[in-house]
Amino acid sequence: MSATAAGWLQVAVLVIALVAVHKPLGDWMARVLTTDAAPEGPKSRLWPQGHWRVERLVHRAVGVDADAEQRWPVYLRSVLAFSLVSVLFLYLLQRVQQWLPLDNGMAAVKPGSAWNTAISFVTNTNWQGYSGESTMGHLVQMTGLAVQNFTSAAVGIAVAVALVRGFVRSGTDRLGNFWVDVTRAITRVLLPLATVAAVVLVLGGVVQNLSSGTDATTLAGATQFLPGGPVASQEAIKELGTNGGGFYNANSAHPFEGPSAWISLFQVFLLLVIPFSLPRTFGRMVGDRRQGLAIVGVMAGLATASLALTSWAQARAGGAALQLAGAATEGQEVRFGGPLSALFGTATTLTSTGAVNSMHDSYTPTGGMLVLANMMLGEVAPGGVGSGLYGMLVLAVVAVFVAGLMVGRTPEYLGKKLGRREMTLASLYVLVTPVLVLTGTAVAVTTDTGLGSLLNNGSHGLSEVLYAFTSASNNNGSAFAGLSANTPFYNTALGLAMAFGRFLPIVLVVALAGRLAAQGKAPVTAGTLPTHQPLFVGLLGAVVLVVVGLTYFPALALGPLAEALA
Amino acid sequence: MSALRSGRQLVAAVRALLVATVVLGLAYPLLMTGVAQVIAPARADGSLVSVEGSVVGSSLIGQSFTGADGDPLQEYFQTRPSASDYDGAASGGSNLGPNSEELVAAVGERRAAVAALNGVAVDEVPADAVTASGSGLDPDISPEYAALQVVRVAEARGVSMDDVQALVDEYTDGRDLGFIGAPHVRVLELNLALHERFGAEG
Repeated sequence: MSATAAGWLQVAVLVIALVAVHKPLGDWMARVLTTDAAPEGPKSRLWPQGHWRVERLVHRAVGVDADAEQRWPVYLRSVLAFSLVSVLFLYLLQRVQQWLPLDNGMAAVKPGSAWNTAISFVTNTNWQGYSGESTMGHLVQMTGLAVQNFTSAAVGIAVAVALVRGFVRSGTDRLGNFWVDVTRAITRVLLPLATVAAVVLVLGGVVQNLSSGTDATTLAGATQFLPGGPVASQEAIKELGTNGGGFYNANSAHPFEGPSAWISLFQVFLLLVIPFSLPRTFGRMVGDRRQGLAIVGVMAGLATASLALTSWAQARAGGAALQLAGAATEGQEVRFGGPLSALFGTATTLTSTGAVNSMHDSYTPTGGMLVLANMMLGEVAPGGVGSGLYGMLVLAVVAVFVAGLMVGRTPEYLGKKLGRREMTLASLYVLVTPVLVLTGTAVAVTTDTGLGSLLNNGSHGLSEVLYAFTSASNNNGSAFAGLSANTPFYNTALGLAMAFGRFLPIVLVVALAGRLAAQGKAPVTAGTLPTHQPLFVGLLGAVVLVVVGLTYFPALALGPLAEALA
Repeated sequence: MSALRSGRQLVAAVRALLVATVVLGLAYPLLMTGVAQVIAPARADGSLVSVEGSVVGSSLIGQSFTGADGDPLQEYFQTRPSASDYDGAASGGSNLGPNSEELVAAVGERRAAVAALNGVAVDEVPADAVTASGSGLDPDISPEYAALQVVRVAEARGVSMDDVQALVDEYTDGRDLGFIGAPHVRVLELNLALHERFGAEG
């Protein structure tokens, strides 16, 4: 079988698996996150199917009344309080790891790096300025980083569900209970799936031990250190929660994280499965599965186009060095090969994962531009766990508004009128990341301290900086890793980009959800734009591309595009 | 009032994080470690390979087969260039861009060196032989790069090419399930087999 045929067969099997799983998983998530249809007051019984015993224990330990709902400002405060406490705890844990058990002889993480890493993991970014095997002891990996892999994904699901409830409900100031939503996302979705995935990973060769490593004497007589660690348990939630922070520096390219090709393909499945299932959840919750189908249609269309282009660009081996070598194998593992590397790179940047099984900095100029552009889409095709759905729904609001302008009608989406306030929130949402990306890049390339970290010069150097700020602001976490980002400037600037890039959109989304829930339902009339038909799918896809194109084209032209055309 | 309400959320947040840390940060990974050590202990411990009781490496992790002077050992199959020099404590790639002058120069030098070592023309050298992997620990080479080295290894060991080729075939894997990934040759296991069958020296 030719490499190309095998490559597309991999994609076909992946798609079949996603199609097969998205229905039961999407329906299950809708079931466990749906509250009673019409909550009358704060004290009505919300959860018709009740709580699990273990969940009651958690609610009691957290001190929350599971059947009380929150107004949107309280829901938002819960999100922010939980994230703030998480950042502080994770910072502290890294600073004192040398005094705790399972430190593997690691020193305290330096303050700048520890702040950056704390924000990075709490925001679901998993940008890593450090090198895992020489910085983090097993205890920090387990009780710090991996815990945030679960909770940051659960927070994403909670915020997405709050927005969906905004569309579903009418005339209420209640959005649900953040603590119950997060608990359920973990007990009923993330933890069971991660457990199964971890077992599969172990069977495939991913390591899972508490050893601090083994010294081997190689055949040639040298000494080689072989690291240990509870990797499989972390790898599972790292992909499933679209986090992406590698246990080791080389991430999923490391043979202990990605030991074989089928495991790497399995990881691609894990990182796509929840984001591609959530539109189904959305469709179920709004009572019209076609609405979910339209959303997933846009996501799948964009993803397919991106994958086709990236695979083509990588197979062509552009760039002087890669042409001399004969193929784009720099930064690539032999066992994965070109097509699976391009598939992983595409999937990880279209979601907010940022795990890598090959090094993006060494991609062909066009391939590198495409993985960068994937993140610039705002990570909505399908995007991160939860964040992909709420990002796409905000863009759907924009698309409906644009359509409304074109035909001169009051825009409505799912029975909700999109007035001035709603559109202000949606527009601000769309503006947040570009402002962070372009401002950050501009500051970095006009200061000596920013330029000092570049490995490559010329347009590729600009791409390294642009990639870093795009990755941080969109909470992706992958890197053009030639950039030496563990400096005071980049730790601070990228830390701010990650924090604002995560929480400003969340503030806007929860506020939007509150506005929508308070509205009544507008009846569907002949003038209502149907949002489940191909016309709307095309319109939404066009809005995503046009917004990104207009925003980032000048920066792309100076960086990767200039390099690709050179 | 608002401050008071925020305070209540902060208390809930601290308690929630504590529960999460105990359940997700301790119980879950420790339980998975226990399960892993029961169902697949060798794999969970890193697929270590031992010769006469001492660990010589991991079948998953590449190593270099060079002498003390840094020159390739003629009698062993050579692995790919590595940005980390096969240091298991410092995984990673070169991260050099596709047009990097440094990378162009390195690829050129490696092409010449691999061609000279194996006595072939430079345009016969496959791409994986002259580029560094993403992990710096790639345990594999392409079947093309292995084929290039068969004559040299056989001559260095004074054994027949057919015997060496038979071992290469034994340690060559196709794509997983016939279509996932790429064909590859497992170098450490291949070299170990050479070592056991024909001895350390040629």
